[in-house]
Amino acid sequence: MSEARLTLAELFSGFFKAGIIGFGGVLPVARRIIVDERRWLTQPQFNDLFALCQFMPGANIVNFAFAFGARHRGLAGAGATILGLLAAPMCIVMLLGGAYARWGGLPAARHALAGLAGAAAGLVLGTALRIATPIFGSLTNVLIALGVLALVLLLHLSLPFTMLIILPIALFCSWRRA
Amino acid sequence: MLAQLALLFGRLSLLAVGGVNSTVPQIAYDVVTLRHWLTPAQFVQLYAISNAAPGPNMMITTLIGAHMAGVAGGLVASLAMILPAGTLVVIVSKFWDRYRDARLRNIIQRALLPITAGLVLAAAGVLLRQADTGWQLGALSLVCAGLAWRTRVHPLWLLGGGLVLGLCLG
Repeated sequence: MSEARLTLAELFSGFFKAGIIGFGGVLPVARRIIVDERRWLTQPQFNDLFALCQFMPGANIVNFAFAFGARHRGLAGAGATILGLLAAPMCIVMLLGGAYARWGGLPAARHALAGLAGAAAGLVLGTALRIATPIFGSLTNVLIALGVLALVLLLHLSLPFTMLIILPIALFCSWRRA
Repeated sequence: MLAQLALLFGRLSLLAVGGVNSTVPQIAYDVVTLRHWLTPAQFVQLYAISNAAPGPNMMITTLIGAHMAGVAGGLVASLAMILPAGTLVVIVSKFWDRYRDARLRNIIQRALLPITAGLVLAAAGVLLRQADTGWQLGALSLVCAGLAWRTRVHPLWLLGGGLVLGLCLG
């Protein structure tokens, strides 16, 4: 990428803003700040870098912060983006965790938390269906997804073993269709 | 405890294909079933709190770490979750542009899609089982799932609605 090198302060502030106002998913906010507001990347550049972060393991937006920061200022740049992205949310979430440990057992809090948990679980199902929708057209892909689901949910296979079994099959199927 | 947290989340970091949600069944198994650090209800409630707070969804690891070992635990668990994957992504991103149109890249990307879908579906299954202790909560989850799947309603509205409904039901 050919854009001018950003300073550490710029990197920190951009990702700080994304972290602090990114409720329920930082991606849309980060995209708006980086592409629309500060014009650090064009939309295709953003998509390209984000595609890498999606297909590498780890939290997508955290990966993005690592890669983006490192491109501009190396190790220090990655430190600035990560600190910016995570410092405030981590403080907030730990304060909430403290409140939960202290008052989470009160009857009113228990009921509210049960409702919150029900909604959050539903959200994950909705997200899963959103991710799964594009693969409904391919029987092979549906079978692979169902295979993963069965291994994890019914056979309680651990994640490393699940990957060990499924990844070669998925790679083979994908390679044959290429 | 800090070493255990570092080991657990460090191991999961490189397995989080398609995002942190993919590892939720494994985290649940490790901290609830295997180690009894949390009850199923506590796990899903901490998960819900991490969803309602700002920041990326890896905050569940921060919360579990902090719950087990205070601020130091939160820091250690978070760093363990982000550093291995982050290091890898920095290294790979140096080669990424060069292989922009490479066939291999497409093959891997296509192969990971159904795996991610299956893993996040499994995560949903684990969380639903822990969260929905009655039919009212089950119905709430299904409505939220439908809205999150088919509409662009902001997640905070759904979480807020769930919170208020939980208060009313209780």
